[in-house]
Amino acid sequence: MDVRALLKDAGLAAFVAFMLALPMIGFQTVDVSGGHGITVVTRFGDVAITVALVLVGRIALGLLDNTSWRLPILLVSAAIAIGMPFVKNPYPVITNLSVMAAAVIAIRATWLYFGLSAVVERDEGNRLGDAAAFVGRWFGPVFVIFAVIFPFLPTTSRYLLDLGILVLTYVMLGWGLNVVVGLAGLLDLGYVAFYAVGAYSYAIIAHEFGWSFWACLPLAGLFAAFFGVILGFPVLRLRGDYLAIVTLGFGEIIRIVLLNWSSFSGGPNGISGVPRPSFLGMPFTANPPEGTTSFHQFFGLDFSPEHRIVFLYYLILALALVTNSFTLRIRKLPIGRAWEALREDEIACRALGINPTNTKLTAFAIGAMFAGFAGAFFATRQGFISPESFAFIESAVILAIVVLGGMGSQIGVVLAAVLLIGIPEFFRELAQYRMLAFGAAMVGIMIWRPRGLLAHRDPSIRLPEAAKAGADD
Amino acid sequence: MLSIQGVSTSYGHIQALHGVDIDVRKGEIVTLIGANGAGKTTLLMTICGSPRASGGKILFEGSDISQRPTFEIVRLGIAQAPEGRRIFPRMTVLENLQMGATVADPQYYEADCQRVFGLFPILDQRKAQRAGTLSGGEQQMLSIGRALMSRPRLLLLDEPSLGLAPMIVKQIFSVIRDINEKEGMTVFLVEQNAFHALSLAHRGYVLANGRVVLQGTGKELLANREVRAAYLEGGH
Repeated sequence: MDVRALLKDAGLAAFVAFMLALPMIGFQTVDVSGGHGITVVTRFGDVAITVALVLVGRIALGLLDNTSWRLPILLVSAAIAIGMPFVKNPYPVITNLSVMAAAVIAIRATWLYFGLSAVVERDEGNRLGDAAAFVGRWFGPVFVIFAVIFPFLPTTSRYLLDLGILVLTYVMLGWGLNVVVGLAGLLDLGYVAFYAVGAYSYAIIAHEFGWSFWACLPLAGLFAAFFGVILGFPVLRLRGDYLAIVTLGFGEIIRIVLLNWSSFSGGPNGISGVPRPSFLGMPFTANPPEGTTSFHQFFGLDFSPEHRIVFLYYLILALALVTNSFTLRIRKLPIGRAWEALREDEIACRALGINPTNTKLTAFAIGAMFAGFAGAFFATRQGFISPESFAFIESAVILAIVVLGGMGSQIGVVLAAVLLIGIPEFFRELAQYRMLAFGAAMVGIMIWRPRGLLAHRDPSIRLPEAAKAGADD
Repeated sequence: MLSIQGVSTSYGHIQALHGVDIDVRKGEIVTLIGANGAGKTTLLMTICGSPRASGGKILFEGSDISQRPTFEIVRLGIAQAPEGRRIFPRMTVLENLQMGATVADPQYYEADCQRVFGLFPILDQRKAQRAGTLSGGEQQMLSIGRALMSRPRLLLLDEPSLGLAPMIVKQIFSVIRDINEKEGMTVFLVEQNAFHALSLAHRGYVLANGRVVLQGTGKELLANREVRAAYLEGGH
């Protein structure tokens, strides 16, 4: 093994890390207490730690090229990743960063040691496709079962349950956007607009007319779908980048209108006191209003505020699963196939007698409808909505979920939502390094899985195994 | 069956077709030959309404279709295997055929599949494969098969021999002859491969710079000195 090349490479990586870390980590501006102005605090210790970690990590990664080093590195890095939290040291940063770095190296070492890289390199081949199909077929039900029993697991705290609701909301939004982006291939950067339409529809109707959540839910979806069609019409002739820009603008228009039309939407103050959902008309309150029975009274339970959280969890789980099964079904219908064909080649589609106008509008409308449902859920869960919740970054996150998951892959959306929403929450303890960890995870995915976590397209029609085997050779 | 009368087409300021007249009668194979840029593909696309004709009439079974949207024209019974094949690469062979059957009555779907597999047995073996992984010849067969799935009365083929090995070209042309002779399918064939196309066709037209410059039966055109000089003997 070429030790010099290895050290040179690692030294270079450490140098780059140093150049990056010095301005970003090394200097921190702090408010002067009580005074006016800021002062600069230097954190050269943290810079040194970062550079050292990069140096060691790079050497470890370099050593992985050599087969005999793989197992030792795997064991050492795994030991560090698991053991570090138990070692006491004055800097929590060291613990967190070294656990993360060691975990990445351990994954890479496992990957190489067990020869999994051969599979990745044959990305186009059948093995990975089969692996992804396998994940879809077997892990799907496992995920669903896990999601169903999750609220009753002893480890599930109120915090985790809230996080679960958040992740499921994004899973649902991801599945909804998957119809537009993944299946129909229409790049939509303003998806959050429909989410906002759903949320405001519910909040305003419930507020003004006192309708229940269940009566408003379909209306919220309907309004959002209507807006989807309104957006769809002017952008029908646009494709790719141009479509993305117009949808981006549309998303901002909706937000800015909500921000400025105070008499209608409450402006920047938003709408507070959005009614909470009820279970078959039974509210989740300790002291129900006259003439109604509350949930805990009806079931003879002691009142607990967690009932409502669990109910909300199941509500969003059900909504998300409806979205999923709807998408899976519609893919097998002519309209779903037409979406996919439109993504592949619009001119050929027209030459086959498909009306591209209607096909695109249905994709926009159906995608928007699910965002509307999710928006209504969001409003009832938060009890308060304001235009701030519907900024562009939300659209970007939802799109990132779809792209990272592998366009059109349903199970990929789940994995990506867990990663994108879960990881920043999980690393909350890292404080200012949180987004760094998030960015690192994104870069990692794009290096190892450039076409998304599960880039696999399941055919919408299956053949008997024998015919398939014959076709593959 | 198809009567193109004085059709002109422009891309912006550039006029690609200048008053083209062509007739295709029921049960015929009619071919249109011409050099690159003569307007062959433009004419075929104009029949399908994309781009629309800026002048003249296109009568299909007596009614003018020149101003109708593409998807409606296709529903009238005209199918096209477009230039460059334009199959859906990420979808399987069978899904491509399903897409072709979009405008057809679903009750014929099974029978139509069998009909396509009968014409192109290789597609039967490949039906679960992604269309993008097929060879060029197989993709061309799929493109024709997909067009047939809509049960058209008029089949438009745009350079089916483009970039294919001579063996495959021969096979595809014999299938075209078969569907014409056995099923009575009317075929309008645009080709650069003038020899093959003219030997197959009942009648032919020669297009140059957006105008029809010659017409006649396949045999007449094959024997014509200008055609031979321009398209058959060394002339490219």
